Amino acid sequence: MIDALPMPPAFILFLGALLLPFLRGGPRAAVALAAPLLTLAAVWAVPDGPIATVDFLEYQLTPIEGDRLSRLFATIFALMAFTGTLFALRQQSRLELPAAFVYAGGAVGVAFAGDMITMFIFWEVMAVASTAVIWAAGTEAAYRASMRYVLMHLFGGVLLMAGIVGLVAETGSVEFGPMRADGVATWLILIGFLINAGAPPFSAWLPDAYPEASWSGTVFLSAFTTKTAVYVLLRGFPGTEVLIPIGTYMIFYGIIYALLENDMRRILAYSIINQVGFMVVGIGIGTEMSLNGSAAHAFTHIIYKALLLMSAGSVLLMTGGVRRCNELGGLFKCMPYTALMGTIGALAISSFPFTSGFISKSMIAQGAADQGMAWIWLALAAASAGVFLHAGIKYPWYVFFQKDHGLRPQEPPLSLKLAMGLFAFLCIALGVYPDPLYAILPYPVDYVPYTTGHVVTMLQLLLFSGLAFFVMLPYMKRTLTITLDFDWFYRRLFRLGARELVDRSATAHGAALSDAEARLGQFITRIFRTHGPHGVLARTWPTGSMVLWAAALLALSLLIYYR
Amino acid sequence: MTDKHWLERPRTIAWLWRIGWAVLALLVLAEFSYHPHPYFTVDGWFGFHAGFGFLACVAMVLLAKLLGVYLKRDEDYYHRD
Repeated sequence: MIDALPMPPAFILFLGALLLPFLRGGPRAAVALAAPLLTLAAVWAVPDGPIATVDFLEYQLTPIEGDRLSRLFATIFALMAFTGTLFALRQQSRLELPAAFVYAGGAVGVAFAGDMITMFIFWEVMAVASTAVIWAAGTEAAYRASMRYVLMHLFGGVLLMAGIVGLVAETGSVEFGPMRADGVATWLILIGFLINAGAPPFSAWLPDAYPEASWSGTVFLSAFTTKTAVYVLLRGFPGTEVLIPIGTYMIFYGIIYALLENDMRRILAYSIINQVGFMVVGIGIGTEMSLNGSAAHAFTHIIYKALLLMSAGSVLLMTGGVRRCNELGGLFKCMPYTALMGTIGALAISSFPFTSGFISKSMIAQGAADQGMAWIWLALAAASAGVFLHAGIKYPWYVFFQKDHGLRPQEPPLSLKLAMGLFAFLCIALGVYPDPLYAILPYPVDYVPYTTGHVVTMLQLLLFSGLAFFVMLPYMKRTLTITLDFDWFYRRLFRLGARELVDRSATAHGAALSDAEARLGQFITRIFRTHGPHGVLARTWPTGSMVLWAAALLALSLLIYYR
Repeated sequence: MTDKHWLERPRTIAWLWRIGWAVLALLVLAEFSYHPHPYFTVDGWFGFHAGFGFLACVAMVLLAKLLGVYLKRDEDYYHRD
C-alpha cells in the first residue's frame, strides 16, 4: 500500500530545510523556490478522507486526512512559503530560511492532521521553528524576545497537551473533530488554541516578538502561528459562543494599541491580532456564511499582511534599520514602488472595494446580520472603520508620506520587488474576481459581495474614517513610548517579585550564616582555651607529677576496695 | 519652491482637500441611486455609514489617547535596571 500513498506535503518542506544548509547561490535559490511549489502540488494531490493510519501505543493515528478546510489552509501556507522565500532570498542569515521551512511545514502538517496527537506534534514543531526564525535576527533584543516567545508557546503547548490527554481519557478517541467547550479537558484545548491566536490575556507575545525578527523573518511569522490557530478553532470549536466576545476584544485591542504605537512593524503586529479577532468572531457566530467568511479572511489576510510586512521589511532593509514612525516619512519619493505596494496592502486590509479584504471580511459581517446580531454587526462596522484608521491610513501615512525626515533609501532589490508584486497582484485579483477563492471555501458560497448598496456604504464608512484620521491627526502625535500590556505581569511584576524573593532570601541567608559563623568562632575560642598551645590540656607535665598522680589513684583504689 | 515634489506643494494639497470633500459629498448623495436593504433599523438611516464611520474613529482615537495616559511608558521601560 505504501506506493499508493502520496508524498506528505509537510515533509517536502522539511526535506527542503534539510537540504538548504548544504547549498549556496543558484542551487540554493532553486531548491528554496521549488520546495513550496512542490508542496502546493502535493497539497492538491491529497484526496478527501484519511489516507493512511499508523498504530501508536493503543491509538490509531491519522497523519494525513484531507478535506476542503485542510486544503484551503495548506494552499495558502504553501503559497506564503513560496512568496516569503522569494522575498527572503537575499537574507544573509543561514538559519532563517531553513527554520522558516520547518515552521511552514509544521503549519501544513497541522492543516492535514486527522488526529489530536499528530496535530500536537506539528504544533510544537511550529513553536520551536518559529523561535529559531526570531532568533536568526541575531540581535540581543531578538534573543530575549524569542525566549519570552518560546516560554509562552510552550506554556500553551502544556495546556493543550493536558487537554488532549484529558479528552482522550474521557472519550477514548484521538480524533480531531468539532468539540464543545463544556469540560476541563476541552477548555484546556480551547485555551491552548487561543494562546496561539493572540487572545487576551495572552496577546502580548505577538507584538513583543514579531517586530524583533529580521526584515524577512517577520513576514513568515505573520502568516503561520495565528492562522493555524484560526484553522484549529474552525475545525474544533465552530459556533462556540464565547469566541464572539473574545474576538471582539481582540479586534478593538488591536486598533487601540496600534494607534498608540510608534514602531512601524509593531503597528502591523497589533493589527494581526485585530484581523484574527474578526476571524474568531466569525467562528463564534458559527453559521456556514460566517465560517466561510473566517476561512476566506484567513486566506486573504495572510496575503495582504505579508505584503504590508514586506513593504515595511524593505524600508527596514534599505534604511539600515530605521523602524520608528517619527523618523520615517516622505519615502514615496525615493521608494515609489514600495510605497505603492504598501498602499495596496493597506487598502486590502481595510477591505476597500475591489481588494481581497472586501470580499472576505464582509462575509463575517453578513453572518452576524443574518443571525440578527445587531450589536455584533455594529461593532464589526466600527472595527472596519478602525482598521482603516490604524493600518489603512496610519501605516502608509507615517512611513511613506507625512513630513519628510530626510531619509533617501533606494528601492529594494528585484527579488523583494517581485515578491511584493505577486502578493499585490493577488490582493487586487481576488478582490475583483473572488470566484476561485469562493470555490475552495469549506461550504458552498451563496454570497454576492458587489452590490451598489454594499460598495457605497463600505466606501462611506472607510472614507469618513479617513476624514476622521486627518481631523484627529493632532491627537495622534508620535511619542517615543511603548504601551503596557498583560506582559507587564511576567516582564515586570513577576520579575520584581522574584527579585524581592531573592533579595530577602539572600539577606536571611547572610544573617543565618554570620550567626553560625559567630557561634562557631565562640566554640573554637573555647576549645582553643583548653586545647590550644597554651591551654591546660596542652601543657607539658613533669614526670614527678605523673608519679604523684599515679600514687594518689592507687591510694584511692586501695581505699575503695578495702573493707 | 520648485524643488518640492508636486504632491508636497501647498496648491496640490489644497486641491486634494477639495477633491476629498467632493468625493465624500458624492458618496453620501449616492444613497439616492439605489434602493437600500438595511439589515436592522439604524443602518437604513440616510448617511448612517458616513456618520458612524466618522464618529467611531473619533471615539477610538480619544479612547486610545485616554488609555495612553495610563499605559504609555518610555521605550526602555523593560530594559533599564
